[in-house]
Amino acid sequence: MLESYDVVVIGGGPAGMGAAIKAKELGLKVLLLDDNDFLGGILPQCIHPGFGLHYFKEELTGPEFAYRLINKLDGVEVKTSARVIEIQNYSDLEKFVTYVSPEGVKKVATKTIIYAAGARERHAFEIGIVGDRVAGIYTAGEAQALMDLYGILPGRDIVIVGSGDVGLIMARRFALEGCNVKAVIELMPYPGGLARNLMILKDFNIPLYLSHKVVEVRGRKRVEKVKVVKVDENLREIPGSEFWIEADTLIISAGLIPNVKLLQEIGVRIDPATGGPVVNDRLETSVPGIFVAGNSLLINDLVDYVVEQGETAAEGAKEFIENGGIKSTRWIKLVKGENVRLVAPHYLSGERDVWIYARVQRPIEDVTLEFPEIGKKLRLPVVKPSEMLRIKLRGEEIRKAKEKITMQVVKNE
Amino acid sequence: MSEVYRLTCIVCPLSCSIEVEIEAGKIKDIKGYTCPRGKEWAIEEIRAPKRVVMSVIPVEGGKLPTVSVKTEKPIPKDKIPELMKMLAKLKLKAPVKVGQVVGEFEGVKIIATREA
Repeated sequence: MLESYDVVVIGGGPAGMGAAIKAKELGLKVLLLDDNDFLGGILPQCIHPGFGLHYFKEELTGPEFAYRLINKLDGVEVKTSARVIEIQNYSDLEKFVTYVSPEGVKKVATKTIIYAAGARERHAFEIGIVGDRVAGIYTAGEAQALMDLYGILPGRDIVIVGSGDVGLIMARRFALEGCNVKAVIELMPYPGGLARNLMILKDFNIPLYLSHKVVEVRGRKRVEKVKVVKVDENLREIPGSEFWIEADTLIISAGLIPNVKLLQEIGVRIDPATGGPVVNDRLETSVPGIFVAGNSLLINDLVDYVVEQGETAAEGAKEFIENGGIKSTRWIKLVKGENVRLVAPHYLSGERDVWIYARVQRPIEDVTLEFPEIGKKLRLPVVKPSEMLRIKLRGEEIRKAKEKITMQVVKNE
Repeated sequence: MSEVYRLTCIVCPLSCSIEVEIEAGKIKDIKGYTCPRGKEWAIEEIRAPKRVVMSVIPVEGGKLPTVSVKTEKPIPKDKIPELMKMLAKLKLKAPVKVGQVVGEFEGVKIIATREA
């Protein structure tokens, strides 16, 4: 006999823990699986403050945020060092999860799955960097784990590719620990991270090169220098603009990609814009009873939103088990309009209030965020691709729409 | 002659753009803040900028070789290098609890943010 659960949560980061805690509160039998040997996902290595202002109403560091969630897990069966290798969708209310752990290979049965496996980082080859394959090239997350979990300094003279939050926060960590951060190189004409994190560059006098890219690495055993080139507005390299920066370390912080491999294997529909699954307002994927939350759903700015998605998925799992599915008489499609790069969830029932998560394509000041079919308008001082928009649509607002709701961001006249 | 400082508030993730106008060493005008904490921060940022500082400290006998720490409250920005030098000398032994005071720098407590 296989052990059976109401919900198996895959991933012990903030989304998975948020889901497991909520599912337990709702009276479900939960198994939480994580392939790392400690819980918290990426939080234990994010030692900087700035977490939890929404969720815990106070400012915490990543490890502190993780610790608070871990303390709420009582009553949840947790397995760490447990890597899920296969999901099988036998029928709507019968799914199997196979994982490998120090106990060996094990298969369990479950009614629902909440997939919260996070994201992976883009690496040097994906962003077109060529040259020598030498030591000293790390993704930002790898460097962060080395420094802030294992106490190892990855290098001394550092060039960072990408001005997203992760890149900026690593710039600060390197600078604090006495490294020489020579430059942050950003491909786009605007910075990638939250405005508050740009203060870091000011604090430590770190130069930021906008509209530039690293194209080549040279070195014998270790990185010795990197080649930087300016790009035009179409992101094409401008000939003759090349220059070299001497450095022993290159840090790649070029964005995250939802980790959805196991879901793709069972045919879950993926949205090319978010990189995560297409979901309804309970964060249920195109395979009934499989829910998704956190950075596997879409890349988030704030851990608070990630936990919130975990909780939404858990409520979905409860509803699914009680009603034999997430039922709606009709699904209203949420579609992307002017200057919206991505938006989730994709289908709304109108039976409940929904948090909408979205990102714009390009930064603009003084705009209105509109949902024309339901007559909802919100004036915003500024929108940026780096800052996720999160808006609540109420059930009664959604019900005003016939078949679709468009989300658009337009410049005020 | 007045001087205008453009700041991005780091109190919360809203990241308000605040403009502070200084004339003859005095604050003449502050614009752009959306909460009292932001206003206070902007004044302090011009007069005596402070930051919460984080690092890791080696720990013996823990699950991981380090514990993470932070200053209990923001410390003056120009004191940061000195604080980092002091932290570099600290060594701990497991067990360490989250919230445990592991040191002090000019009256500001250094707090462990991870278990070991």
